[in-house]
Amino acid sequence: MYEKNGEKYFVVDSHMHYWDASPENWVQGAEQYAKGWIECFHAYQSLGPAETHQPLEEFQKVSEEQLMREVFDEGHVDVAIFQSTYLREWYKDGFNTSERNGELATKHPEKFRVNTRFDPRDGDAGMREFEANVERYQPMGAKLYTAEWNGDSRGFKLSDPECYRFLERAQELGIKNIHVHKGPTIWPLDKDAFDVSDVDHAATDFQGLNFIVEHVGLPRIEDFCFMATQEPNVYAGLSVVLGGLMHARPRFFAKVMGELLFWVGEDKMTFGSDYNIWEPKWQVEGLVDWDYPDSAEYEDYPRLDTNGKKKILGLNAAKLYDIPVPVECEIREGEGAQLVDEREVAQA
Amino acid sequence: MTLLSDTRALGSNAAAAAAATGLAARVWEALRTVRDPELDSDVVSLDFVGSCSVSDGVAHVSLRLPTYFCAPNFAFLMVADAHDAVSAVDGVTRADVTLADHFASDAINAGVAARAGFVGSMAGTEVGEAVAELDDLRRTFTERALMAGTDLVVRPIMREGATPEQVAAMTLGDAPDSADLRRLRARRRELGIPADDGDPLVVDPSGATVGVDALPLHLRKARSYQVGVDANTSICRGQLAARYGV
Repeated sequence: MYEKNGEKYFVVDSHMHYWDASPENWVQGAEQYAKGWIECFHAYQSLGPAETHQPLEEFQKVSEEQLMREVFDEGHVDVAIFQSTYLREWYKDGFNTSERNGELATKHPEKFRVNTRFDPRDGDAGMREFEANVERYQPMGAKLYTAEWNGDSRGFKLSDPECYRFLERAQELGIKNIHVHKGPTIWPLDKDAFDVSDVDHAATDFQGLNFIVEHVGLPRIEDFCFMATQEPNVYAGLSVVLGGLMHARPRFFAKVMGELLFWVGEDKMTFGSDYNIWEPKWQVEGLVDWDYPDSAEYEDYPRLDTNGKKKILGLNAAKLYDIPVPVECEIREGEGAQLVDEREVAQA
Repeated sequence: MTLLSDTRALGSNAAAAAAATGLAARVWEALRTVRDPELDSDVVSLDFVGSCSVSDGVAHVSLRLPTYFCAPNFAFLMVADAHDAVSAVDGVTRADVTLADHFASDAINAGVAARAGFVGSMAGTEVGEAVAELDDLRRTFTERALMAGTDLVVRPIMREGATPEQVAAMTLGDAPDSADLRRLRARRRELGIPADDGDPLVVDPSGATVGVDALPLHLRKARSYQVGVDANTSICRGQLAARYGV
C-alpha cells in the first residue's frame, strides 16, 4: 500500500517477472539471441531514473531477496501478478516460467498470483502442459507472447484456429484474463506483426474473457485505442508506458496518458511495472504525483484525479483478479467516479 | 579509419557537416531521403547512420538501430532504400550498405546486396521465413504518416480559431507554408493523392475529402497517430542512446 496526503492506494502490479537470463541458462547455439534479448531489456531500464539502473550481470538474474525487497518492501506493491514468458528456444530452463514463478509464489501466497501461458503451436502436448499448469497454480490469467519463436515459426495470432482451441479450453478451465504482449522488443517477420486486429476478433468471440493488451500495442497505440474503445472486455496494460516514458519523456508520457484516458478510460487501465525492467517504487510514486504539464496542448484531455489513480494502480486489477481490497483503500461512496461502472466485467 | 572514429566521436549529424565535401556530402544528402517508415523521420536525423565514407567511388555505409530485435521488415526497408539512394548518387560506382548489430543482419545484408527482396532474403535463414514483400507495409505506414501529418498541420490552424466548417473547405494553398505542410504534401503524393495548392487540405488515406460532419473524429484520430509517432520516437531514441552512447 502507498499512502500520500492522507490517501491510501492499494497497489496491484499486474505485469512483472522473475526471470533467469544468466549465461548459464542460454541455449547452446542460440547464445546471440539470449544475449541480445536481455541486453535489449537492459537498455529499456536506462529509460528509468539513473539511481535505479543495475549492472547487466545483476539485471540478468535478481535474487529472491532483492525481488521481495524492491517489489514489496520498497515498491509499495500489495499483490503482484507473475506473467510467464518461456522463450525456450533461447533459454534452457525457460526465461520466466510458471514453475520458477510458482516456486516463489508458494512461499508468499498472499503476495503473488501466478499466471501461466500457452502456445497454440505446441499442439496437444502444449494443451496438456497448459492444463497441468492450470491445475497446479490455479491461475485466473494467462500471458500470450505472440512473437515468440517456436521451431520454424516466428509468431502466431490470437485469431488462429489453434489459438481459439486454447482460448476455449482456457475459458472452460476458469481463466478470466488473457494478457497479450503487443509491444516492443521482438517482432514476428510477418507483415501483420503490428496488428492488433487479432485481439479484436478474439475479444468479440470470447465475451467471457478479458483481454489486457500489455504495452498498449506500441508502436500502434492508436490502433489499439480505436479497437479498445469498441470492445468492453479489452484493457490497457500500462507496462512500458509508465516505465519507458514517464521519467524519460514526461511530455510524451502525458500525451499517451491523455490518449488512453480519452479512448480507453480510467476504468480499463492497469498498472504493471514490468519488473525487473523497472522497479515499481518510482512508477507508483510518480503516477500518484502525476498531472499534465501546464500547457494548452493538454487542455482537452480527460483529467485523472485521485480516484482514477487508485483504479489504475490497483482497484481495476483487483476486480479482474478477485483480490480483496482493504476498506480504507476503496473509493468511498459519493466521491467522484464510482469504481464499478454499469458494464459487467467477465468475472461477474 | 580516422574518419570513422571522428564520425563516432562527433555524432553523425556533426560529422555529416564536417565531412561535407563533394561526394561524401552527396551521399549523406542521399541518406536523408531514407526514412524509418514507422517514425516518419530520416535515418540521418535519427542517428541510424553509424558510419559513412567514400573511397575510390565506393560508398561504405553502416546503419545501426536502437535494438538487436528491431522489426526486421522495417530494417530491411531502410537498408534496401539506403542502398538504392546511395547507388543513385552521381559519382558512386558501388554502394556497400550494411546493417550492424541486429539479429537479422546477415540475412538482410546478403539479401540487399543480391537485390533478393525481403522474402528471398529471409528464405532458408536461421532467423525465419517471411511471408510477403513489404509494399503493403510501406503503404500502411505512409497512410499513418498522412494522418499524423494532418494533425501537425491542422491543429495549429484550429488553435487560431478556425471552425470545422472553415477547415473542411480549405485547400492546401490556404494553409501557411511550413516544413510539416511540405512533408504532408510529399506523403500524399507518395500515396497517389493530389497535393497541389487547389487540392483539399484534409483528406483520408484513400484520398477522399473529409466532410464537416466527419471532421472532428478524423482530426481526433489524426492526433492519436501523431502521439503514437512521438511516443515511439522517444523510446527508439532512448534505446539508441543507451546502446551507442549518442
